[in-house]
Amino acid sequence: MAHSDDLTRRTLLKGAASATALVGLGMPAIVKAQSDVIRIGHLTPITGFLGPLGEFAQMGVKLAAEEINAAGGVLGRKIELVIEDSVNPQTASAKAERLIERDKVAMIIGEISSASALAIGQVAYRTKTVFINTGANSDALRGASCNPFMFHIEAANSMMVTAVGTYLKNENMIKGKKWYSLTADYAFGHDLFRVAKKFVTENGGEFIGEDLVPTDATDFSPYLLKIRQAQPDIVASNLAGNQITNFIKQYAEYGLQFPITGFGFDTAVAWGAGKGNFSGIWPLIWHHMVDTPSSKKFVDAFTKKYGKPPENQSWGDYNSLKIVAQSFTEMKSADPQKLAEHLRKGAKFDVLKSREGYFRAYDNQMVQEMYAVRAKDSDKMKDQWDIYDPLGTVPGPNEDLEVLAPPKDGTCKMQA
Amino acid sequence: MAFVFLLEQVLNGLLVGAYYLLIALGLSLIFSLGGIVNLSHGAFYAIGAYLAVTLTPRLGFAGAFVASPLLVALLGVVIERLFFRRFYRSDPILSLLLTFGLAMIIEQSLRMIFGAAPLPFSIPSALRGQVFLGNFIYPRYRLIIFGVALAAVIATWLLVYRTAFGRVVRAGVQNPDMVGALGISLQPYMTAVAALGIGLAGLAGVLLAPISGVHPAMGAEILTAAFVVVVIGGLGSFWGVIAAAALVGVVRGLTIYFFPPAGEASMYLLMALVLLLRPRGLLGERIQKFE
Repeated sequence: MAHSDDLTRRTLLKGAASATALVGLGMPAIVKAQSDVIRIGHLTPITGFLGPLGEFAQMGVKLAAEEINAAGGVLGRKIELVIEDSVNPQTASAKAERLIERDKVAMIIGEISSASALAIGQVAYRTKTVFINTGANSDALRGASCNPFMFHIEAANSMMVTAVGTYLKNENMIKGKKWYSLTADYAFGHDLFRVAKKFVTENGGEFIGEDLVPTDATDFSPYLLKIRQAQPDIVASNLAGNQITNFIKQYAEYGLQFPITGFGFDTAVAWGAGKGNFSGIWPLIWHHMVDTPSSKKFVDAFTKKYGKPPENQSWGDYNSLKIVAQSFTEMKSADPQKLAEHLRKGAKFDVLKSREGYFRAYDNQMVQEMYAVRAKDSDKMKDQWDIYDPLGTVPGPNEDLEVLAPPKDGTCKMQA
Repeated sequence: MAFVFLLEQVLNGLLVGAYYLLIALGLSLIFSLGGIVNLSHGAFYAIGAYLAVTLTPRLGFAGAFVASPLLVALLGVVIERLFFRRFYRSDPILSLLLTFGLAMIIEQSLRMIFGAAPLPFSIPSALRGQVFLGNFIYPRYRLIIFGVALAAVIATWLLVYRTAFGRVVRAGVQNPDMVGALGISLQPYMTAVAALGIGLAGLAGVLLAPISGVHPAMGAEILTAAFVVVVIGGLGSFWGVIAAAALVGVVRGLTIYFFPPAGEASMYLLMALVLLLRPRGLLGERIQKFE
């Protein structure tokens, strides 16, 4: 409670005066300084429409820190997390600077919003501190905005599209089919729709409707009527966060039968939809049914600690911290400067999948396997977490992992 | 053909109007009768939804539908006794700050108790399904929401305009001192008004939980729309709120038909237009206290 005096009446007044919308006040969770620890910064939104995912991110990174410290820490030093709510790009940038300059963190993990990730990435580049992005999907972060200190364990939008697209092709859902898409009306949605549309049209599909949906829309009924009037073969979601929950619920409410798919997805939003509402084929970077020994161990430890299975967002933050710990051990040094070099050299990491992943030097994107899942019938679900069946892994066992990675189109020019 | 689609959007817009009416009615009541700008209205809506999720496994949806608004109304009694009461005669900015703080506390408490992730909740299977009128589609559950909203409006109107209770409350709005001089204590009446308004927020929460995500920020999500409806309708006007809710539903539906990105912005444009032409809102009354 050392910081409870941050929440004075004055803070509340300031907040009230400046805000027309409600913004939660985050309390920084800073543990007392010790010299024999390695401090790691964690920044992610835990309020707002990405908040549900941010909570899973924090759970993942905390579990990783616990496991690392229980095993004796890194180079004989304990890991100490400094966890903050990143709120929005401005705040994310300011907090990243403070973490690096005041709290002297060795590196930063986190983020979900592509706009905030860009802001943190710029601070990372300026201060030569590694930042591992665990949840922001925009391809631009790996393209024009790339820099040698920003790494991405999270998939780019184009990877999500290719992963689910492979299965849609197998199911004959693209060629000659009429598509209707709903897209979140902000940077992430626009970027996702651009790559999705390219993929669908290149494979012989056609868009007969493409509506943008404001992020504050809670009622989808006018969109659902338009979809019903258009009679598409496939309905595609490029929505984000809580939007997907509302959309799935109301799609079921209106009883529309056109098959659904989506290019961006997080398990938490479907867990939150409730029985009998979730349908369709969706891409995931990881899910709790991935059948590898390390994945099962993670799921067991997580479920034991938090009483529910880990979500894909927890996977990213958990693995990022494990990767950093492993790298420091291999380097025999916690030198933040050398960390970037080490990661860029193509070191391989167990990311709970059947093949190891690595950051490729071209754009610092982690090249790795991905998955697609299909919603289960509600009468076949064992419990509230059991909502989909795995469709399989992309790329296949004999394919090069890089087929999934964004094309090396030259937009990323790494500066030294 | 296009005309038929437009007509369908208009009729659906009226149905969506019931959704806006439910979230705005309680806000309008406390605003008009108590003079409190209740920024925590959305938070009570969220509490109603969370109660529905918590109580349904024990009482069934019907039980939760009755119990949740009553529990939220009870909470309203406590809030009125402890807080609202002190602010009826003070600068509106004070009650605004109070309720803003309250909203943040409630939202954060929900996050601490239930977590930030949305809780699963569905329409009970008995109420699922759609009704078809010709080629038009209406989910049965939306028709039920429409019915409940209508019933809530009629009951509230009867209470405020056709009972002795309502006469005292309305007299209190115009001239509290005169009511006092007649030997009537306004305090219990105001407690009842606050309980009613906050209870209505709870009712909206229960009814909308099956068709929207149940998460801590759900209150903040609907609050602005509720305010827009009240402002368009006009302060102190009962029928104004109803007209405004229907209007917002229809205008939003038509906007999404022609230009979806402006779907949510359409209600703000409508508000600006109404305020330009009629600064007091559609059917707003002149209330001395706010002049």
